[in-house]
Amino acid sequence: MKARVHVSLKNGVLDPQGKAINHALHGLGFADVADVRQGKLIELELTGALAAKPKAEIEAAVKDMAQKLLANTVIENFSVELVG
Amino acid sequence: MKAAIVTFPGSNRERDMRMALTKVNNGKPPVDVWHGDSELPKDIDLIVLPGGFSYGDYLRCGAMAANSPIMQEVKKRAEAGTRVLAVCNGFQIACEAGLLPGALMTNASLQFICREVNLRVETTASQFTQKYRKGQTIRVPVAHHDGNYTLDADSVKRLEDADLVAFRYADSLGNVAASTNLNGSVSNIAGIYNAKKTVLGLMPHPENATDPVCGGTDGLGLFESIAESLS
Repeated sequence: MKARVHVSLKNGVLDPQGKAINHALHGLGFADVADVRQGKLIELELTGALAAKPKAEIEAAVKDMAQKLLANTVIENFSVELVG
Repeated sequence: MKAAIVTFPGSNRERDMRMALTKVNNGKPPVDVWHGDSELPKDIDLIVLPGGFSYGDYLRCGAMAANSPIMQEVKKRAEAGTRVLAVCNGFQIACEAGLLPGALMTNASLQFICREVNLRVETTASQFTQKYRKGQTIRVPVAHHDGNYTLDADSVKRLEDADLVAFRYADSLGNVAASTNLNGSVSNIAGIYNAKKTVLGLMPHPENATDPVCGGTDGLGLFESIAESLS
């Protein structure tokens, strides 16, 4: 069982790295890019008792991980996706 | 005063902090504590979270250090009123641990900034800054990539109304303007207190401005304030 946690900056929080990427894309001639927001993808390989639980419980556990460590909810949003 | 410095894997200013604290404490050095420890000595008056790059700044600056074993104990002591000084990466750790509000993001310029800056002392009603004058400008170094202090507007107003902003980035005359905001921090904030003013977090390095050999002693006032109030 694999879980993917997507972490991104909240709307309204300045994303300097996204801005820099946007700038570089424009430099390459991709003028139709209006804005870039950069985030991160964290893949968790789950095993043992957790992986054997119902999907809702796995999702709840991964959300708990995201809230406690993977995302800083002051500035970031996250979403959880279970794969396989 | 009995101080403890917590060292994490990747801390690099703990020795500078040790020198500054020893200097104001009649030559008595602070106790060293390792991130994997789960206990602090009983009679500690001050806990210091020093600068550096704990856990390589992986995931987010300070995120993993904030969850290390010793931080559970630091949080308990802080709640009980033990003073905490959190500098640079320590400030990031304190925010991630919930000891202070807000978060530190990448500098708006995307540049690593390593130079001296001017700070305006916003309040002297604190055991950390009582030796300064309100509105005084001090010159201390900064060295960070993620010093962009972020907090929602309502919370910033609450900090201001409660006199919890410690330092702001200013010019040499103490004027605070957009042009003196080196990293994009909300309201030019360089340092803040918790609600009880028992925890101070700041991005600049006062410990590196405590010896004339290093270019200035403007940071000494902070350590003298601490030593005077906790001894």
